[in-house]
Amino acid sequence: MAEITREQLLHVAHLARLELREDELERLEAQLGDIIAAVSKVSELDLSDVPATSHPLDVVNVWAEDEPRPCLPVEEALANAPERDGNYFRVPPGGAS
Amino acid sequence: MIDTLRLTAEGAKGLLDRKEVSGAELFAAYLEAIGERDPELHCYLHVCEDPGGEGIPIAIKDVIGTKGIPTTAGSKILEGYVPVYDATVVARCKEHGLRILGKTNTDEFAMGSSTENSAYGPSHNPWDPSRVPGGSGGGSAAAVSGGLAPWALGSDTGGSIKQPSSLCGNVGLRPTYGTVSRYGVVAFASSLDQVGPVAKNVRDCAFLYSVIAGRDACDTTTVDVPEIVLPQGDGLKGLRVGVPRELNDHPAIEPGVREAVQRAIELCRELGAEVGECSLPRSVDFGLPCYYLVAPAEASSNLARYDGVRFGYRTPHPADRLDMYKRTRDEGFGDEPKRRILVGTYALSAGYYDAYYGQAQKVRTVIAREHADAFVRFDVLVTPTSPTVAFELGGRTADPLAMYASDLLTIPSCMAGLPGLNVPCGLSEGLPVGLQVIGPQFSENALFRVGHALEQAIGFDGVPERLR
Repeated sequence: MAEITREQLLHVAHLARLELREDELERLEAQLGDIIAAVSKVSELDLSDVPATSHPLDVVNVWAEDEPRPCLPVEEALANAPERDGNYFRVPPGGAS
Repeated sequence: MIDTLRLTAEGAKGLLDRKEVSGAELFAAYLEAIGERDPELHCYLHVCEDPGGEGIPIAIKDVIGTKGIPTTAGSKILEGYVPVYDATVVARCKEHGLRILGKTNTDEFAMGSSTENSAYGPSHNPWDPSRVPGGSGGGSAAAVSGGLAPWALGSDTGGSIKQPSSLCGNVGLRPTYGTVSRYGVVAFASSLDQVGPVAKNVRDCAFLYSVIAGRDACDTTTVDVPEIVLPQGDGLKGLRVGVPRELNDHPAIEPGVREAVQRAIELCRELGAEVGECSLPRSVDFGLPCYYLVAPAEASSNLARYDGVRFGYRTPHPADRLDMYKRTRDEGFGDEPKRRILVGTYALSAGYYDAYYGQAQKVRTVIAREHADAFVRFDVLVTPTSPTVAFELGGRTADPLAMYASDLLTIPSCMAGLPGLNVPCGLSEGLPVGLQVIGPQFSENALFRVGHALEQAIGFDGVPERLR
């Protein structure tokens, strides 16, 4: 479970939308193997009857009335856009995913 | 003459109230100290002009969004990003008249224990600039101890307030999860992230906590907070203090750290507390692996937003959209966020989810239960905050797992959503040692009481020796 292969690393990097350079792949392959091996320690415990904790507090849904109120003006929402086209964020065309 | 190295926020308020100094003079004194010492310490990524007014200045960790003031989270991917709204904690500081001095350095996306993962270079420890100030909030902690801010806001996911406060010799609180709004704060691991105060003493820390705490309609994970009481010096009579064996006898703890913490525990007894030993058998051994699954898993999801579309860095001349995503993220993120995104994506991917992320969430339950059991017998638990004093810059950067172990003792209580306070308790090799005081959820007032009583009894001088 601990070893991470080059093929797995490339698959995970693609899922995370990271283009890794060759020098990064070599460095990360070894480091990730060590990290995965270390965190695998959690499997030593038999916890079949223990519930999972996804959140530290017992909180319940918070509801709000569906009332209109002021929101961010378009100019401010687009203020940090790397590229814009009128009132839109501009991006290049697709590409295989 | 304003001595920013010694002036507390409460002291500054006194000077302003009595009109002994003006708001402008006070702010200028900090800017002067920053001009003098920040070239060496590199606490700030951005320094502000005096916005005017008579409030106390404050430094803000750069993962916290500030309207009109650059907010980078220590990452190249957010270089030049200027938020168009304030985080709720910043809005609350402004409502109290506090004036922002600047944005403090942090490990990239608060991922690290030394600030060496900042894309803008590390901060340095004011006690010894060849050593790290801790992390991720090393900039805030070093600024407070170096006299470059009276107090500061930090953020803590697995120790990023407590550990730097320990290494720099000041007081830092990681509040109970849910007591402080995360709205407008750059998200790292949402079930763990908490904003909290860093200060020169416990009363300032408690007051700043009262400024930022409380339910926020913009963050539905926030809850109502019990009234916050500033500690007065009531001793510790009747308080039950637990000493968890595994967090006090761990082999990674340096002898000098152990001695200073044991003296502080002895002082608790002298101040009237009932001190007893207890055990958290699985919280330490399994806390670190649990954290390094849960936090990266949540980070891999949170950091998906940095895609070059709406804000932040975008790679020049992308071939197509997929190429834009991948190259933007490769060029914009440093090594540590990449490692955590990859570990988190792996732990959440098909075929591994139950074995890693699902199992880690169950371990989290085990850790929470162990702490809950301890709090049947004890009001608070005490441990060293960091197993070591401040380490040399570069000392742990080559080995991610060695860096991760810096947070060995702060992580377990974070996993359980518990509050923790760092209080300086002495020196080892001329460097500060911090005591971690952990309590049940919403027990901040008890932590302040313990911290304040110890602070008075120990008389720790928080001004770095070389700056006195």
